[in-house]
Amino acid sequence: MHVHRFERIWLVAALGMIVLFVGTVTYGAVVAGYGMVDAEGGQVDATDPTDGENFREPGVYNGSEPGHYDVYVETRRFAFVPGTAEPIRVPAGSTVTFHVVSVDVLHGFEVAGTNINTMAIPGQKAVVTAEFDEAREYGIVCNEYCGEGHHTMAGSLEVVPPGEFNATAEVSA
Amino acid sequence: MAHAHDERATGTAEGRELAAGERLAFVDQYPAAARVTRLCFGVSFTALLIGAVLGIVQALHRTNVFRGVISSSDYYSVLTGHGVLLALFFTIFFLSGAFTWGTSRSLGRDLPNPRFSLAWFGLQLGGAAAVAAAIFGGFVGQIPFEADVLYTFYAPLQAHPLFYAGLAAWLVGTWLAGADWIRSYLRWRSDNRGERVPLQTFMVLTTMLMWYISTVGVAVEVLVFLLPLSMGLIESVDPLLTRTLFWYFGHPVVYFWLMPAYFAWYTILPKLAGGRLFSDPLARVVFVLFLILSTPVGFHHQYADPGVAEGFKFVAMTNTMFLLLPSFLTAFTVVASMEYGARRRGGSGYFGWMKALPWANPAFAGMALAGLMFAAGGFSGIVNAGMNINSLVHNTLWVPGHFHLTVGTASALTMMALSYWLYPQVTGKRLQLYGVAQVQPYVWFIGMALMSNAMHRAGLAGVPRRTAEPQYDQVSFEAALGSIPEMRLQIAVGGALLTLGAALFAAVMLATWFADRGRGRLRVDSHLPEPISGPEDAPRVLDNFRLWAAIAVVLVAIAYGFPIFSMVADGPFDPAAPPVPVGVVDAALGVFLG
Repeated sequence: MHVHRFERIWLVAALGMIVLFVGTVTYGAVVAGYGMVDAEGGQVDATDPTDGENFREPGVYNGSEPGHYDVYVETRRFAFVPGTAEPIRVPAGSTVTFHVVSVDVLHGFEVAGTNINTMAIPGQKAVVTAEFDEAREYGIVCNEYCGEGHHTMAGSLEVVPPGEFNATAEVSA
Repeated sequence: MAHAHDERATGTAEGRELAAGERLAFVDQYPAAARVTRLCFGVSFTALLIGAVLGIVQALHRTNVFRGVISSSDYYSVLTGHGVLLALFFTIFFLSGAFTWGTSRSLGRDLPNPRFSLAWFGLQLGGAAAVAAAIFGGFVGQIPFEADVLYTFYAPLQAHPLFYAGLAAWLVGTWLAGADWIRSYLRWRSDNRGERVPLQTFMVLTTMLMWYISTVGVAVEVLVFLLPLSMGLIESVDPLLTRTLFWYFGHPVVYFWLMPAYFAWYTILPKLAGGRLFSDPLARVVFVLFLILSTPVGFHHQYADPGVAEGFKFVAMTNTMFLLLPSFLTAFTVVASMEYGARRRGGSGYFGWMKALPWANPAFAGMALAGLMFAAGGFSGIVNAGMNINSLVHNTLWVPGHFHLTVGTASALTMMALSYWLYPQVTGKRLQLYGVAQVQPYVWFIGMALMSNAMHRAGLAGVPRRTAEPQYDQVSFEAALGSIPEMRLQIAVGGALLTLGAALFAAVMLATWFADRGRGRLRVDSHLPEPISGPEDAPRVLDNFRLWAAIAVVLVAIAYGFPIFSMVADGPFDPAAPPVPVGVVDAALGVFLG
C-alpha cells in the first residue's frame, strides 16, 4: 500500500500526540495522585440510602485522622442536604471526603470552578476527596437535569477559618 | 466499472454546466433512489427547521435576553425537542438520504426494491413522529403525553410510553435501511466478483456495521427496561445499568453524525476544491478504524460516575485517544485535498493557495468552514477525553460548546453544503436563491464562532449545561477570561445568527423544491474524479467486512463484558430505583420554587 511521505509523517506525529495525551493522564493518576470517582463507594439503597451501613445521616463528620472530614450529602429533587437549606461548612487547611448519593433521579454534584464534579446515581455512592487550603465560599450546582425544577437546585460550601469551625463531634467510621 | 454511468460527464472543471436537455442528473438515472433521498431530505430539513426555532427560544431564555415565550419548567420540553430533533432526526434522516444516493451512485444501480425502501422510510418517519408527539404533548396540558427527559432519557426519569415506542420503531427503520444498502451491495457483488468495493459503498457499509453493533445497547435499554417501566410492567430499574447501555450507543452515534460529513469530505470536497481525493486506501483505513474503535469507548461519558471502576475508565480513555487517529488522518486529507485543488486552480505560496479556492461556491465554502470548525471541536474533545481534566468541564456549558462544533457545525454545516450540491441532482432542479446560499455558510460560521467560544469559557467558569436559568442565588461564577454577561450576550447573538442560517438554508431548499423542473441548467454534475492513489493500491484485506466486524465485536466484549456483567450480577433490576414520571410535579417543586 502506497502512503505519501507527508501522510506518513503526519501519521507518526498523530500517534506521537496520542501517546503523549495518554501519558499526561497516566502521569496525573500515578504521579500527581489525582483520584477518579470510581466504584470504591459501593452501593446503597436507591430510595433510602441511610438504610444500611454504607451511608450516614447527611452532615459533616470528623474524619478518622486530624484535619480530615467526611461530608455525607443526599441529593433530592431539588436540594442538596446539606448544602441548600444550610451551607456545608468545613475548616480551611483540611482534607474533605464527600460521600454523595441520590434518593430519586440522577443529579450532579459540582463545586463550581473546581474539579469536584461527580454524578449522583440512585443506588450508588460517589466518593470524592479534595483539599481546601484557604477560607472562601464556593457555589454548588446540580449539573444533571433532574426535573422541571432542576434550575433551582443549588447550594453552597463555606470554607471557614479553623477557629470558627465547630464540627459534629462524631468520628466517622 | 463502478463509475460507468457518469463516464460521459468528463468535465471536472468547477461549475461545468450541462444544457437542461442533456443533463446527467442522478434523478434521471436512478429515479427510485432519488425519490427516497428526496423524502429523507424533506424530513431531515423539517426537523432542522423546527429544531432551530427551539434553539433560539432556548438561547434567548437561558441568557435572560428574552423570556416571554416559555416558562423555565417548559424549557426542558424545548431542550428535549431541540436535542432529539437535531441530534437524532435531522442527522440520521439526512444520512439515510445521502447513503441511499451514495450506494446507488457508486454501485451504478437503482434500489433493489423501491417498496421496501419506502417501508423503512415510513417506519423511521412514523417512529420519529411518535417521539415528536410525545415531546410536544408536554406543552399542552390537556394531552397526557410528556417526554421532557432530554436527549439522554436517563432512567429513572420516565417519559410517556409513546416516546420509547417511537424510538424503537425509528431504530428498526434504520436497521432496515442498512439492510437495503447491504442488499444492493450483495447484488452488485454477485455481478462483479473480484472487484474492489466502490469507496462510497465501502463507507456506507462500515458505518452501518458500526450502527448495528452500537444500537444493540440502546435497543436493549428501551425494549427491556424503559418501555416496560413506562407501561408499568416492571417496577424498577438499575439507573447505572440503563445509563451504561445508553452510552454504549451514545458515543458511536456521534460518529453516525460525523460519517456523512467524512463521506462528503472524502468523496465530494476534493472535486469541489478543483482536484481529486488524495488516497482511496487511507480513506478505507479511516473508516475501518472508526468501525472497530468507536463502540468500546462509551465509558468516557461516565468518567464522573460512581459504580464504574477506574480501570474500565482508563481502558475507555486509551481507546478514545486512539480514536483520534482517524480524525487526525481526515484532517490531513481534507487540507491536502483542498491545497491540491487550489494549486490546480493556479494558487501558490505557503498559505496563498487558499485564495484560489472557490469560496463563492456554497457547497465548497460550507464544507471547508465545517472542516475548520471541526479542528477546534476536536481539540475541546481531547479535553473531554482526558479523564482527569474532564472533571473540570464535566456537565458544564463547555460540553454543548464542544458538540455544537462537532455535530452542530462539522456535521450540520457539511450536510447543508452537501445539499446545495446534491439536492439539484436528486430533483433535477437548479438550485434557487443562489445568492442566499452563498451567504449562508458564513452566517452559520460566525454564529457558531460567537456561541461556541462563549459556551466553552462559561464551562470553565463552572456554569452548568442543561439548565433554564443563567444564575443561581447561591453561586457566583468566576470567569477566567471575559465576563459572564459578555458570554451570555455572545450566546444570544450567536444563537440568533444560527437560527438565521437555518432559515436561509430552508429558504433555498423550499425555493428549489417549488421551482420548475428543467428550468435553468443544473450547475452541478455527478461525476466524481478518480483519487490520485486509487483502490488498486489498497490491500485486499480492507474490503473484508466480516473480519472487521468480528474484531469490532471482540473489542466491545473486552471493554464492556466485565462491567456489564458486574452490574447485572446482583440482578438486572438492582439496585432498584422506581420510576419518577416527568409529568408529576412533586411537592418538592412547590417547596423549593417558593
